Amino acid sequence: MPKFASQVDILGAGDRELVEMSEKNLLSLTLEEMKAIRSYFTELGRNPTDCEIETIAQTWSEHCFHKIFRTEIEYTENLNGKKKKERLSLLREIKKATLKIDSGLCVSVFKDNAGIIKFNDRYGIAFKVETHNHPSALEPYGGAGTGIGGVIRDILGAGKAAMPVLNIDVFCFGDQGVSYSELPEGVLHPRRIFRGVVSGVRDYGNRMGIPTGAGAIVFDRGYQNNCLVFCGTVGVIPLTQVEKRVSDDDHIVLIGGRTGRDGIHGATFSSASLNANISRSVVQIGNPIVEKKMMDVLLTARDEGLYNSITDCGAGGLSSAVGEMGKDMGAVVNLERVPLKCNDLLPWEIWISESQERMVLSVPERNLKKLLELSADEDVEAEVIGRFTKTGRLQLYYRDESVCNIGMDFLHNGLPLKKMKAYFSFQDKPMKEKVSSLKAGELRERLLRVLGSPNVASKELVVRQYDHEVQAHTVLKPFTGIEGKGPSDAVVLKPFYDDWQGIAVGCGINPFYGKPDPYLMAGCCIEEALRNLVAVGADPEQVAILDNFSWGDMHEDGHLGTLVRCVKGCRDFALKYQLPFISGKDSLNNVFTDAKTGVKTSIPDTLLISAVGIVPDVRKTISSDLKKEGNALYLCGITRREMGGSQYHQVFGITGGSVPVPVPSKALPLMKKIYLCIREGIIKSCHDCSDGGFAVAILEMSIGGGKGVDIFLDKMVSSDVSPESMLFSESQGRFIVEVDAGAADRFEKIMKGTDFANIGRITGRESITFYERGLLFSLDIVEAERVWRSGLKW
Amino acid sequence: MEVRFEMVKPRILVMRVAGTNCDRETEWAFRLAGGLPQRVHINRIKRGEVKMRDYQVLVIPGGFSYGDDISAGKVFANEIRHNIGNDINLFIEEGKPVIGICNGFQVLVKAGILPYPGRQSVTLGWNGSARFEDRWVHLKIEESVSPFFRGFPPVIKLPVAHAEGNLITENEDVLKKIENDRLVIFRYCAPDGTLKGYPYNPNGSTANIAGLASASGLVVGMMPHPERALFRCFYPDWHRDEKNGDVFGYGYMFFKNVVNFFR
Repeated sequence: MPKFASQVDILGAGDRELVEMSEKNLLSLTLEEMKAIRSYFTELGRNPTDCEIETIAQTWSEHCFHKIFRTEIEYTENLNGKKKKERLSLLREIKKATLKIDSGLCVSVFKDNAGIIKFNDRYGIAFKVETHNHPSALEPYGGAGTGIGGVIRDILGAGKAAMPVLNIDVFCFGDQGVSYSELPEGVLHPRRIFRGVVSGVRDYGNRMGIPTGAGAIVFDRGYQNNCLVFCGTVGVIPLTQVEKRVSDDDHIVLIGGRTGRDGIHGATFSSASLNANISRSVVQIGNPIVEKKMMDVLLTARDEGLYNSITDCGAGGLSSAVGEMGKDMGAVVNLERVPLKCNDLLPWEIWISESQERMVLSVPERNLKKLLELSADEDVEAEVIGRFTKTGRLQLYYRDESVCNIGMDFLHNGLPLKKMKAYFSFQDKPMKEKVSSLKAGELRERLLRVLGSPNVASKELVVRQYDHEVQAHTVLKPFTGIEGKGPSDAVVLKPFYDDWQGIAVGCGINPFYGKPDPYLMAGCCIEEALRNLVAVGADPEQVAILDNFSWGDMHEDGHLGTLVRCVKGCRDFALKYQLPFISGKDSLNNVFTDAKTGVKTSIPDTLLISAVGIVPDVRKTISSDLKKEGNALYLCGITRREMGGSQYHQVFGITGGSVPVPVPSKALPLMKKIYLCIREGIIKSCHDCSDGGFAVAILEMSIGGGKGVDIFLDKMVSSDVSPESMLFSESQGRFIVEVDAGAADRFEKIMKGTDFANIGRITGRESITFYERGLLFSLDIVEAERVWRSGLKW
Repeated sequence: MEVRFEMVKPRILVMRVAGTNCDRETEWAFRLAGGLPQRVHINRIKRGEVKMRDYQVLVIPGGFSYGDDISAGKVFANEIRHNIGNDINLFIEEGKPVIGICNGFQVLVKAGILPYPGRQSVTLGWNGSARFEDRWVHLKIEESVSPFFRGFPPVIKLPVAHAEGNLITENEDVLKKIENDRLVIFRYCAPDGTLKGYPYNPNGSTANIAGLASASGLVVGMMPHPERALFRCFYPDWHRDEKNGDVFGYGYMFFKNVVNFFR
């Protein structure tokens, strides 16, 4: 008779009992999945233990297995009334782009804890972006902190461990001014979530000694009940350390923090709808110093070659980490050896707890003593908890009692993937839009309103709370210019002390474009991420990207359709811009159920594209702040009336209009030429036009450099002549560049064949003046700065 | 015949504990300046595997030692006092420099080493803004007793990144004595060198004090991070320079002065 594990009566259970069993125990398994488990154990002729069923639930969770991304989907697309059917798998479509591009940049893609690209002949760059949405909505400080802690471990678990050199953070929050009476029960106020999330990321990231250098914050009512928290880490790794392989007979060593009851069912709960009754114990409790100590030891152990393989304990805890590492061989674990925070944990709780700051190493006998000594030397706990085997089975014991004995093959391949159907319908013509003809004074007022709106306003208040220069390698900081007021398009690092080669990192996110057609949102996000890197001087031909999908309720038809449509956009635009995807992650079912009304709300479907690129020489990067009086200003790219989803529309509550359509055939050649001009040193500052359009971009450049400008709107290459469009349209493929007064001819010669126009110059005055066949209006830099820098409240 | 004097490279002990996180760049700074730095975990000193007497300079770099639990640097300060206090006192008595940067400054102050040895007379409290901030500040270089800040222009820029850098003295007399003894290395100021409030004084420090020395001038502590300003390319406004970013910044000059002390 078992003493520590209890049996789950699955053999005698009917279909309804199976569903109840899954719901009651937070397993998040479907009936088909429960049935597959029943038939497996029927063959074995016994019931599963609690530990076995939990192990399967973790491994098969949406969070760990990405069922929707892996399964076959029958997809019907109805474009302008024309129906087209196809079968596809989302993951395969994304990988397809990377395979076709066949970039020499890729070293390890879609197989490890992070994607790895080549930095130079000796080093690679590992990059991963994760989401921690559900935990952050429940417990913002802890949820966000462990989000960054988790993705740092992904980088430590990439190859045989990369050294983290940069963190990035992207958040989506609800309307900060919402009244408490509008909030459903169980939803924290968006201001509390905002402050908690920023503080959590700040305190974890800063203590880890990793600079936080890039990111974005999006505010929209749609994120009120489910906030989004994306955390990313970039690391550097010797190319010789990329390959890892567990040897059977290796010791399984658990290193880092102790295991407690925090974070139990984190993996399975993240696939469920949020509501007022979820226990906070699903959220993990972080301790950055434990992770920092562990990191110090791991990097030394890696260099001394003490272990064969490594992975992090994230979602699903030991169950996922050991299960994954021992997938092709087998493993025996003695759960009583796991160091605990409190002694009353049941075996299954130990096994699936998602306590933070833990990693699993595969250590050969000959190195074991040394590894344990090294850890003890720096007060880091490391314990041998088992051994990899050749049996093909996952065998768990607790004080000699067998609490789990299942086949690795069933665990990893036994999941019945449910085929799904998706549908997407779209009318490819612009929706009606109210066009106003505004007087100059009204345009001026509107510009100030947009400038001070939370999505456009300066995020300096948040960014200054992050240490963005620890490790002393940040050469383009998030804020730049005379007094560090101007925003940078991307961050640039120089990861090695004795080398001028650099890494640029930036991102693209714009859920507002996704509503009419997520295909175009994918294109815009990919292009924006690339534009951000090109604007600082990265080589557009040496850039790789990551996808993060945070989507709504997958149990509803609509969201699966928009997801497929968006993935197709990712595939097509990645190919067009020649940007390989190297890693990605999906967080589905970001949905909230109101306990009182039963009404479910989903988030706006949100895609984040993060980009990492190579800068051959950081001394040839540029910043966005205007430099010198007399220099010429050019706007490169075409301006169209593309106001759909624009910040202008958001601020004034205007609906309809065309969302921006990216045109890679024009944008990519333009970007390559801008890169050349930056290398030649004739571009003195550069800023891409994105949220808020041209007007916001030029104002930001002006504020950063403390320099006034004269802008002649009528000179723009534009297909629409209304000043409203020219100021606020968010057409893609556009850069404002400042060209050295003496190099205008040279610049125009290089740029020949692209769309560009000299639209003004830097003046000695302290005002930003717009002309349109005569004076339109003028703003003082001081006034613009005050509005822009005070739009976001802490 | 020409007589050539080989410069003796000073051996520099970069002491780290759990949560130290500016040790690598501090090590690099000293190497670049011509020293022989070595990062050493305090446990190895406590166990006697590494002897402090084998080094000429001790540095406590920035970070969040033990998470800055209780208050910044406090746990590390107590560990020093109770475990290696004698070693450090001897080190200082022998006239060897001790440098604390950011968290290191907090540790030296809370261990009662700076500014006056024996007991704590100054603290570094929470920033006036009540949050961690990373920003570049202007610093007015004072004519202090410390030899490590000679030859600087009147105002330089360095970054600060901390939550607890608000310098408060025990009482008025301590402040007066610090001023009279010329222990203030530099003060936060506006670009023109005048002393102003936030954000020029990023944390609300008394008399805008950003760094202190001991009476001998050889034990120094500062909130700003010179190791993050070794080259111009690490300054937030370097893209406005005519030259490339590869010219030395004033952070380098500090490390050079420490190494040159042994010439």
